[in-house]
Amino acid sequence: MRVGLFVTCLVDAMRPRIAFATIKLLEAAGCEVVVPDSQTCCGQPGYNSGDRKSAEALALKFLNEFEAFDYVVLPSGSCAGMIRVHYPDLFRNDSALLARITAIGRRTFELTDFLVSIARLKEVPGTFSGTLTYHDSCSGLRELDVYKQPRALLAKMPGANLQEMVESTTCCGFGGTFSVKYGELSTRMSDNKCRHITDTHAAAIVGGDLGCLLNIEGRLRRTGDHNTRVLHVAEVLSGIDTDEVK
Amino acid sequence: MQNTSLQFKKQVTVKLADVRLQDALSRLQTRFVGGRAAVISEIHDLQETRNAAAAIRDRVLNNLEQWLLHFEQQATARGAIVHWAENGDDANRIVAEIAAQYGVKTAAKSKSMVSEECGLNDALEQAGVAVMETDLGEYILQLAHEAPSHIVAPVVHKNKEEIADLFAEKHHKPRKTDIAELCREAREVLRPAFLNADMGISGGNFLVAETGSVLIVTNEGNGRLVTTLPRVHVAITGIEKVVPTLEDVTTLLRLLPRSATGQSITNYVSVLTGTKNQEDHDGPEHFHIILLDNGRSSLVGGEMQEMLRCIRCGACMNHCPVYQNIGGHAYGWVYPGPMGSILTPMLGGIEKSPDLPNASTFCGACAVVCPVKIPLPDLLRKLREKQMQRGMKSRRETFMLKAWAWLALHPKIYALASRIGVRIMHLLGGREKLIHTLPGAGGWTDGRDFPAPSGKTFRELYQQGKHK
Repeated sequence: MRVGLFVTCLVDAMRPRIAFATIKLLEAAGCEVVVPDSQTCCGQPGYNSGDRKSAEALALKFLNEFEAFDYVVLPSGSCAGMIRVHYPDLFRNDSALLARITAIGRRTFELTDFLVSIARLKEVPGTFSGTLTYHDSCSGLRELDVYKQPRALLAKMPGANLQEMVESTTCCGFGGTFSVKYGELSTRMSDNKCRHITDTHAAAIVGGDLGCLLNIEGRLRRTGDHNTRVLHVAEVLSGIDTDEVK
Repeated sequence: MQNTSLQFKKQVTVKLADVRLQDALSRLQTRFVGGRAAVISEIHDLQETRNAAAAIRDRVLNNLEQWLLHFEQQATARGAIVHWAENGDDANRIVAEIAAQYGVKTAAKSKSMVSEECGLNDALEQAGVAVMETDLGEYILQLAHEAPSHIVAPVVHKNKEEIADLFAEKHHKPRKTDIAELCREAREVLRPAFLNADMGISGGNFLVAETGSVLIVTNEGNGRLVTTLPRVHVAITGIEKVVPTLEDVTTLLRLLPRSATGQSITNYVSVLTGTKNQEDHDGPEHFHIILLDNGRSSLVGGEMQEMLRCIRCGACMNHCPVYQNIGGHAYGWVYPGPMGSILTPMLGGIEKSPDLPNASTFCGACAVVCPVKIPLPDLLRKLREKQMQRGMKSRRETFMLKAWAWLALHPKIYALASRIGVRIMHLLGGREKLIHTLPGAGGWTDGRDFPAPSGKTFRELYQQGKHK
C-alpha cells in the first residue's frame, strides 16, 4: 500500500516527532510511506472562519498532491474530518470535482482508524509502562467515529493501563481560533478537562489531535502540573515519545 | 424581548465568575444530559426515528404556506380564530385587542417562549391586563423580574436558596426551604389565578394541520388549567410549528420529552381543538390562535431552512460545553445555546449578534443529540460565511486568514516562514519550553502556557534524513 502522509501544519511546526512516529507505525503496518513535500495546511482554519474561498483553493492543492496514493493518512481526526466530511461540501456545485474529492475522501483516514480498519496492524512497536487516560477529540469522534480504534491499539501494549476519565468525549475547549477569540471561555473548558484528567492520577494524557493536546498541556502547565505527560497516541504507540536519541 | 447579544463577551466574563450560577449549571448537566441518556435508548430505532422526524418537519417547511392555510381552515372550521402576526408588536397588539373585545382584566399564562420574543407580558400590563405566569419556573422569574435562561427549564440558573428568599420576600410568609413546601406555597398563590382569570394564554408545541389543533406538552398541569378554565384562550406560537397529522405528532413525541427532560412522555399532552361545545363541561368559549412570523419566513427556502425544524427540546444547549459553562442569559435574547446562536442572528439581525455564531468550538455534541437532525455546526459556519461576506470580521482577523491562506498556497515561502516561526517560538520557550505570553494571542496565554516547539519543522528534519 502506498500511503501519502499528510503531517498537518500543526504537527509539522509544533511537534515533528509525531510525524516520525506516524511513519514508524505505518511502516510497521507494511505501508510504503510518501511525504509530498509541497503539503501545507488542509484549509480548516479558513473554512471554519467563514473563508470558503481559501478552503477551496487548499482543497484543490491537496487533491493534486495526494490523488495518486492508495490511501492518505493524517495523525489528526480534525484534519482528516475536514477532508472526508467537509471538502465535498466545498464542491457541491461542481460534479466533476466533487466526484474526485469524494473519492479521495473515502481513501483518507485518521491514523488510528487506518491502522485498525485498513492496515490491521498486529503488533505495535512502542512500549509504555504506566497509567494513561485518553481524550477523544471532537472531530475524530463525531465526524469519523474514532473511539474504539485508539483504545484497541493501546490495548496491544501490555504495560499501558488505560484509566478512563469522566466525560472523555467532552470538548477540551480548543476549537482552533476559538481558543484565542474566546480565551476565557476556552480556558474554563480546558480547566474542566484538566480536572477530569488529574482525577484519574494517570501518568499521561493521550489523544489523537495535537491542537487539543497543546491546549490541555498549556493549561496543565499553567496550573502547576509539570508531571503529567501529554502525548499524541502515535508517540505512545511508536515509542517515539521524546526528542532524545535512544 | 430586547436583544443584548452584542454584550456576549462581557457577559461571559460575568457568568464564569458567578459561583451560584456555576453551581446551578452543574446540576443541569446531571439532570438533563444524564436524563436523556437514560431513556433515549428506549427508542430502538433511534436513527430511523430521527430521520423520520426530520422528514416530517421538512415536508411542512418545503410547503409551509400551504400547510399553514390548511391548518387555518381546519382550526376555523372548529370555531377557532387564527391571526397572523408579522412581528412581536403585531402579536402584542392582537392579544390586547382580543382582551379588550372580551373585557379581559386578568390573564393566566402558561409557558411560551414565543411570548418572550414579543415581550407580551409588558405589553398586556400596559393595556391594563394583569398577567400571571403559572408555570412554576416562569412564575418565579416573574416575581424576580428576570428572563428565562433555558427554553425548557427557564429558572435553571437559580438555586433553591434564592427561590426560598424570593418567596419569603414576595409572599410575605415564613421562609421555607423544602422543595415540596415551596411548591405548595406557589400553588396556593396560583390556584385563585386560574379560577379568576378571564383569559388563558398558552404557547403551542405543535399545530396539527389535519385537525386544526394546538398541541401543548407540559408537566405541571398549569397548561391544561390555563387552556380550559378561562372563557377566552389565546395560543401564541411560531408559524413553523405546523405538523401535517396527529400520526406525525406521535413520531415527534417519541423524541421530544426524551430529548428535553429525559422523560419517556410528559405528564400532560394536551390537544386543544376548537371552542367549547354545548355538551362539554369545560373549555374556552373563544379560542384565538396567533401565528408569529418575526423573521421565520426569511429562512424558508434558503440555506438556513433546516433551523426551522427545531421542536424546542433544548437538548442542544444541555449538551453544549459553552452553554454548560455560561448559562442562557449570556446569549442575550430568548433562545440560548446552539439553536439560539443561529436563531438570534437570523431573527434579530446578523449584525446585532456578531459573537454568537463564533462562540462555538464546533465540537458537534449538539448535532448528535438533535432529535430532528439539524446540522447546527454547519449552520453556525454558514453564519460565519455570511459575516465574512458582509465584512463583519475585524480587519486583523481578515488579514490573518488571508495571509495564512496565501502562505499555505505558496509552499516554498510557507516552509521558510514556518522555519523562522518555530525557531522564534523555540527561543521564546526558554529552558522550560513553555511560552507564557505570546503577542496577539493573549486569549490563549492569559490562562494557558503555550508548549514551545523543538525549533525545527518536520519537513526540514525529514529532508535532512534524521528520521532514522
